[in-house]
Amino acid sequence: MSTLTTETPTAAQLDPRVLRERRERRLQYILPIAAIAIALGLWEFLVWYNEVPHYLIPAPSLIAKTLVTDWSSLMQSAMFTIKLTLMALALAIVGGVALGMLFALSRPIEMSLFPFAVILQVTPVVAIAPLILIYVSNTFVALLICAWIVAFFPILSNTAIGLRSADHNLRDMFRLYQATPWQRLRYLLIPSALPYFMAALKIAGGLALIGAVVAEFVAGTAGQNTGLASRILESSFRNEIPRMFAALFLVSVLGVGIFLITAWLSRAVLGHWHESEIKRER
Amino acid sequence: MAHTPETGTPLIDMQGVDKQFGNGTVAVRDMSLTIQQGEFVSFLGPSGCGKSTALKMISGLLSVSRGTITVNGHRPGEGNAGSDIGYVFQEATLMPWATVYENVYLPLKLQGVGKVEGRARVEEALSMVGLANFAKSYPRELSGGMKMRVSIARAMVTKPKLLLMDEPFAALDEMSRTKLNDEVLSLWKSLGLTVIFVTHSVFESVYLSSRVVVMAARPGRVVHDIALTGGYPRNAAYRMSPEYAESCRTVSKALEGTMDHVDLNH
Repeated sequence: MSTLTTETPTAAQLDPRVLRERRERRLQYILPIAAIAIALGLWEFLVWYNEVPHYLIPAPSLIAKTLVTDWSSLMQSAMFTIKLTLMALALAIVGGVALGMLFALSRPIEMSLFPFAVILQVTPVVAIAPLILIYVSNTFVALLICAWIVAFFPILSNTAIGLRSADHNLRDMFRLYQATPWQRLRYLLIPSALPYFMAALKIAGGLALIGAVVAEFVAGTAGQNTGLASRILESSFRNEIPRMFAALFLVSVLGVGIFLITAWLSRAVLGHWHESEIKRER
Repeated sequence: MAHTPETGTPLIDMQGVDKQFGNGTVAVRDMSLTIQQGEFVSFLGPSGCGKSTALKMISGLLSVSRGTITVNGHRPGEGNAGSDIGYVFQEATLMPWATVYENVYLPLKLQGVGKVEGRARVEEALSMVGLANFAKSYPRELSGGMKMRVSIARAMVTKPKLLLMDEPFAALDEMSRTKLNDEVLSLWKSLGLTVIFVTHSVFESVYLSSRVVVMAARPGRVVHDIALTGGYPRNAAYRMSPEYAESCRTVSKALEGTMDHVDLNH
């Protein structure tokens, strides 16, 4: 769509198809926002109407108020969780891509190391976390390891599959022109693997946050500089339900933020060619 | 390549070539064939007759189980970084993430030809197939016939002497196919190429080639070698000529002989 500079409506602007497309685009934002607003309104009304005490279910307005009054302590915790999540995700990407490449290069390496990756993946992180917290003295590093374990596997397995998924005729063509291994990797295997990697990134982003929160729950409020999960735990001990909700809200916002960023990244990288990101006309 | 063989010297020489795959299938048995510079040869036969296998062996993509193949004086696949062979696959085989321009530039890029030097050659190859205006398009935006043209441009961008085509137009509609046949013929003529064209269409092989090699299946082998030297320049009028009809009859009959034991449930 080209940007329209003239103020007066042109033929293209009045074209029903263009109008419909614009309406659709507007609805894309309006509908989810409206749905959430209605749900919040209903929540507020039901709490008020049934006179539910705030230590059971606080009204959205009270949660918002708590957010404001506890802003500084909550923000500090949110920053901690963000740092933990992003670092875990970054390490998962580095480790997953490196090992995935190694797997794609060598079957024997894959066959020997894959069981370990699967064991790490299928063992619930809640079950391993206490051990890691015992062995690793630095709490932050321990939490990082837990979050990393959860986010690592999808990146690893998708990278390995993606690197193998290059079209066979294209592989033949690279052989015909005697491409070097580096050229093959750079111009054929990596582009072929990108859609798989992007799908993994979307999953791993969410998992890194889940891993970080779960690990924090296991660690409890031991540390001084702790994240949102510790705030939730702490509030539940003190029966501060509105604060619990406020922290929970921030965790959700964080998750949604990560999802939006990874989805945007995927569209930016694949949008011009891959079927998954191309909008089809009807 | 410093030396260019003159017309009449064999460009491709196959002697007693066998190909047996790991699962025991004999794809090609005792194939001997000499192809001269400037010939347009079609490999024609039912599926499983080893015509694609033979082409892949000539390109160096498949190894030879027994016998020898010489292409342009060297063993297959050992040429000047593949630059003396152009290969067109059955599907267009384009990189979906790259534009038409980048797809055609790829063989040059793999050979280390710089962007500036490559530009003129890519543009030349694209205008050769009539796609100069589509350089910035992505493959998914093109029709099947256009994708095939890009594939041909990519094969031609290194200026090969030998063009290998593996059932390139099998998936196209009749109109696109006719048009592309004419384009291949004119490339062959204007550039003095040697073309090996694998097909299962009698009409296509007769229209295009100066020589039809008919192959039979199980095991894959050459059964007839028919020269069709007349009818040039070949165009729409040639399709209507009695000579074309007669050639089609001859080739069809030769092909029928190979079909005796063909299992239609294959």
